[in-house]
Amino acid sequence: MAQPQMRKPVEYFLDNKKFLHPKFAANYGNWKYHDRPRPGVLHHVSKTGDEVWTVRCGTQRQMDIYTIRTLCDIADQYGEGYIRFTIRSNAEIMVSEEKKVAPLIEALEKAGFPVGGTGNSVSMVAHTQGWLHCDIPGTDASGVVKAMMDELFEEFKNEQMPNRVRLSTSCCEINCGGQADIAVVIQHTKPPKINHDLVANVCERPAVVARCPVAAIRPALVNGKPSLEVDEKKCVCCGACYPPCPPMQINDPEHSKIAIWVGGKNSNARSKPTFHKLVAAGLPNNPPRWPEVNAVVKKILMTYKEDARPWERMADWIERIGWPRFFEKTGLPFTKYMIDDWRGGRYNLNASTHIRF
Amino acid sequence: MAKQPHPTPMLDELEKGPWPSFITGLKRLAKEKDYVVDLLGHLEHSYETRKGYWKGGTVGVFGYGGGVIPRFTEIKDEKGEPRFKDAAEFHTLRVMPPPGMHYDTATLRKFCDIWEKYGSGLIALHGQSGDIMFQGCTTENVQKAFDEINEMGFDLGGAGPAVRTAMSCVGAARCEQSCYDEAKAHHKIINNFLDDIHRPALPYKFKFKFSGCPNDCMNSIQRADMAVIGTWRDNIQTDDELGKKWFAKHGMNELVNDVVAMCPTRALQIKDAKDVRRDNPYISAVALNDTQCLEIDNKDCVRCMHCINVMTGALAPGKDKGATILVGGKSHLKIGALMGTVIVPFMKLETEEDFDKLVELAQNIVDFFAENALEHERAGEMIERIGLANFLEGIGLDVDPNMVNNPRMNPYVRTDGWDEEVAKINAKKQAAAA
Repeated sequence: MAQPQMRKPVEYFLDNKKFLHPKFAANYGNWKYHDRPRPGVLHHVSKTGDEVWTVRCGTQRQMDIYTIRTLCDIADQYGEGYIRFTIRSNAEIMVSEEKKVAPLIEALEKAGFPVGGTGNSVSMVAHTQGWLHCDIPGTDASGVVKAMMDELFEEFKNEQMPNRVRLSTSCCEINCGGQADIAVVIQHTKPPKINHDLVANVCERPAVVARCPVAAIRPALVNGKPSLEVDEKKCVCCGACYPPCPPMQINDPEHSKIAIWVGGKNSNARSKPTFHKLVAAGLPNNPPRWPEVNAVVKKILMTYKEDARPWERMADWIERIGWPRFFEKTGLPFTKYMIDDWRGGRYNLNASTHIRF
Repeated sequence: MAKQPHPTPMLDELEKGPWPSFITGLKRLAKEKDYVVDLLGHLEHSYETRKGYWKGGTVGVFGYGGGVIPRFTEIKDEKGEPRFKDAAEFHTLRVMPPPGMHYDTATLRKFCDIWEKYGSGLIALHGQSGDIMFQGCTTENVQKAFDEINEMGFDLGGAGPAVRTAMSCVGAARCEQSCYDEAKAHHKIINNFLDDIHRPALPYKFKFKFSGCPNDCMNSIQRADMAVIGTWRDNIQTDDELGKKWFAKHGMNELVNDVVAMCPTRALQIKDAKDVRRDNPYISAVALNDTQCLEIDNKDCVRCMHCINVMTGALAPGKDKGATILVGGKSHLKIGALMGTVIVPFMKLETEEDFDKLVELAQNIVDFFAENALEHERAGEMIERIGLANFLEGIGLDVDPNMVNNPRMNPYVRTDGWDEEVAKINAKKQAAAA
């Protein structure tokens, strides 16, 4: 029998040369410095004196083709036909003449793309897929981010923060959104609810047992069926068992809460990189606009904005003022759940008399 | 014209406010596509019930074992039929963007045309994995869409226990801090691992990220199994003209408070121009005015980038550039988040041979990982389990004090091989000196 002819894929990862703005290609590896004539605009000068202006704007990340075509229309008409994206889904359009900058900004803003996200601003939130597409999400990502960026709109458009602020959101504890100055992450509070009728057929049981970070899962016979059971006293409700075993439902409309973490720093500038730390939990997962989450994020941000010195990132600021004062100034309660008892957690305790009174 | 939209009172709330709305975008697509009408209904149902309703499955393209994220609806009626039948399948194609995420508009427009024809019309630029996410496609159309995207010269990214799509910063294309050709390293590494990307057969995922300087804009220390971060060995470069310009604008208070006091290793001092230690080869100095300088002791400098970030142009990375390699970064599951740690303090990345050495190192590491990691164990977890010294021995690298914050703090180690180790180190030193 004749098999249908399948196209063989061309396995090749292309390089970026033909996608580079001509000024980028001409000055590749030969830039001298940059400055920012205004928020949202980068001006790079090469060692030969060549110049390029980049206008950065926010996008919704999950873009419909009409939005992308609008961006392309603007890049063709007001720019020079090239667009690049930042790691935080901001679009950048480059021009080789200063006089093109203002009309480009005007066109972007008129089409609804806010210009900003440079320097010491709050950039767009790095985020995950959420209810739109993920198979294990505790919340939506695009919705949380849209509601948050509406609130932080002026902070995106201006450079009024002490240093850059990087935000992330994640729809489960896997934390795909990544480490950030402020991270909004789902925190489940109840062990998984197990549908014992399905476990034997759907889940590779030894693999699920192995996945648990606290060895709380064991094979068991439930109602005569091979299944899995969870030692609920041991369970830390992390949800690690849910992806390999969907009948162990971890998401709960009521008990999947939202936690807030601060002080993650990716850069090596000043201090070594840091992981973010838990500062709030138990916030309701409250679509469509998550007002409780936004209130806490805004409170932390505004306290940082007011109190931090120039060039202090969130982590640097807290390092200077100390955690007790962080909690005092933000009004957030410090609870026993913030005392680290995971492996290596003892290094997070204060083994000194260094105390700020 | 598409069918009548479902009522979406909750999603409608996300059309308010100044930030660009993905809901407005979806509604625009829903005017033309029944697919997106039902997608909006599906998403509204999630908002109402606060739960997700997509399950995975097996969908792919001919010749590959990964790169497509399959999604089937779990919202069914009493007969078990999908309630939002036009969006019953909502698969994603992960496609690798060019290094640095540079595009011309013709390419983006072509993506749009392909996705208008075969998919939902929703494209995420970009996913957290660094891919272009072509979101929303039926099983039937996945192959057709891929064939056209592949004809354009683009290829699928990684998913599952595979080498994953990599990310690199804007780098040498636009950034004065770039310390190596990030795009070239990215390009060479990925082309070396295409088989491991397209046919998942590793213990778990393995990610590469490329940042041109220690600002690490790709967050590679926290997220990459192997991080390649630009750095330099010689002195910070200075430009007196730009130094004076900076000082005239910002003044002594900012220089002291924002630059000198924030140096993590106290490598900066303000000096009268006549007192700068010009006979010391590790000193660089930038003029602030005609009588004062900022002096940098480059032996104390840890290349953190802070002073260069603040005084860009006046200060710049040195000329003897290369990269530091760190291995083992990952997020929480299963043993807690880990940062990558140094395995190569410095390697040159200039000639083809340098880049070939980087590829060779990456291949060694992935081979060792494939052989030695347990199922669903990331490289960092494997190193945690076997110890860094064993990992280094496995991939043939020598130990180096740059790999630790400090030496061991406990005596629980057998040291009866001490003399042999010292002899080996001395022999290597002698061989290197010869």
